[in-house]
Amino acid sequence: MAEGSVSSESTSTPRVSGGVIRLRLLLKPFVFLVCLLPVALLVLTAIGEGLGANPVETVTAWSGEWTLRMLLITLAMTPLRRFSGWGWPLRIRRMLGLFTFFYACLHFLTFAWLDHSFLVADIFADILEKPYITVGFTAWCILLALAVTSNSYSVRRMKRGWQRLHRGVYLAALGGIVHYTWLVKADYGEPLLYLAICMLLFMPRLVVLLR
Amino acid sequence: MAFRIRPGSEIPDSQVTPQAIYAGRRRFLRFTAAAAAGGIAGFGGAQASQTGTKLSGVSKSSFTTEEELTTFNDATSYNNFYEFGTDKKDPAEHAHTLKTRPWTVVVEGQVDKPGRFDIDEILGWMSLEERTYRFRCVEAWSMIIPWVGFPLADLLKRFEPRASAKYVEFETLLDPEQMRGQRYPILDWPYREGLRMDEAMNPLTLIAVGMYGETLPNQNGAPLRLVVPWKYGFKSIKSIVRMNFRESQPRTTWNDSAPREYGFFSNVNPDRPHPRWSQAKERRIAGERSLLESLFANRIPTLPFNGYGEQVAGLYSGMDLQKFF
Repeated sequence: MAEGSVSSESTSTPRVSGGVIRLRLLLKPFVFLVCLLPVALLVLTAIGEGLGANPVETVTAWSGEWTLRMLLITLAMTPLRRFSGWGWPLRIRRMLGLFTFFYACLHFLTFAWLDHSFLVADIFADILEKPYITVGFTAWCILLALAVTSNSYSVRRMKRGWQRLHRGVYLAALGGIVHYTWLVKADYGEPLLYLAICMLLFMPRLVVLLR
Repeated sequence: MAFRIRPGSEIPDSQVTPQAIYAGRRRFLRFTAAAAAGGIAGFGGAQASQTGTKLSGVSKSSFTTEEELTTFNDATSYNNFYEFGTDKKDPAEHAHTLKTRPWTVVVEGQVDKPGRFDIDEILGWMSLEERTYRFRCVEAWSMIIPWVGFPLADLLKRFEPRASAKYVEFETLLDPEQMRGQRYPILDWPYREGLRMDEAMNPLTLIAVGMYGETLPNQNGAPLRLVVPWKYGFKSIKSIVRMNFRESQPRTTWNDSAPREYGFFSNVNPDRPHPRWSQAKERRIAGERSLLESLFANRIPTLPFNGYGEQVAGLYSGMDLQKFF
């Protein structure tokens, strides 16, 4: 699923003119910058209209929502590759996954630092006692395991185990969505939208698994 | 583990920062924020200005806290008023469609003098006073608001409640034309709340018609709303059109929506966690603060009955507050 299978991409691209090579070289830096746009958006909002009466809540929601969005975008890469035949979705998939983890870490840091001032006892009490936080923290732990094993060395070493482990990304996505749904008071529109997209992305995999 | 803190470096809850050091730290943070970046220093953007009608003849009440006020801008731009949308910014953006004149309040049920009363008629009966109250939301944030209004008891007595009146039920306006949030079945509209008669008659219970010295902004519940400072904010129903005196406990909107989470009483209680989050602490939204100050401000402990236990704890003596939450 990762670099191992991706290496066949180069042979499937027949025309390697100078322009295509240049575009290829630019792909990852370009995606890197695009993935940082939410950060720029937050900074611009802070400078402009401000982060509202409760900036901690604003930052928490911002980092949480972007974690989910990045995760769903990452999950969309494999189906996009399958249906379009393009090679680039798989080349940027790992970076997107790592950006998902980046936003997940900002989210966790907001919780641990801004909400709990790094009071370890408070943090663990919340993780253990509040189900939506238990689920969210578990999802973050899964993302941590995926991020740590995202390098090519792990892909080679773990062989089939790597693929099994990285299917956990669906568990993380589901966990993230449950975490979000669980904390909403009455308006379930947005979490249900994420759930619908997640199910849609899972469908092609389900077909493959059942075959 | 994501992080590790050296043993002994945790700060116990009981350790309170001395005021001088605390103030110094605030000054430092403000200075840092200003110096950090010219752009960031000017954050905050356009502040809402007070454009309501100034209320005159308002006396100061002794029921008032001396804590630092929430800014007018924060109190009017961060609201839970689902009738105008579920985002905190929605009410400020959409509540201008609410027409607060003419406005009629229907009084019915177990009273000798029921009727339909015009808001201006009601205002003519009452003398206004200013009371600065703590306001604690069930979402674990709090504000300090200078309300202008009158004790609910003074109003209710005029309708001559019968002995059979054990509860008062309140209802918000139902009009999806004016209240766009009501076009979606987020809650069972119209919004309903209720108080036990002794709670309603308690001298702390207020009907607010203004705040910060002027008429209530629409997003804060114009033209008249309830303020029950020892209960979570959602009990303080906004834009009231009906008061019904009842023998039995009324159904209330959030209790209907999630009975396990929002009780009929909903007294502020740090020892009774909401099923999904703790109620032990709160984030205080008050004062002019830089972005860094608000981001790094510690949450403060929540007090039983929101600090009004002396006045209201007696209403609940003998009741199990874990059960009757």
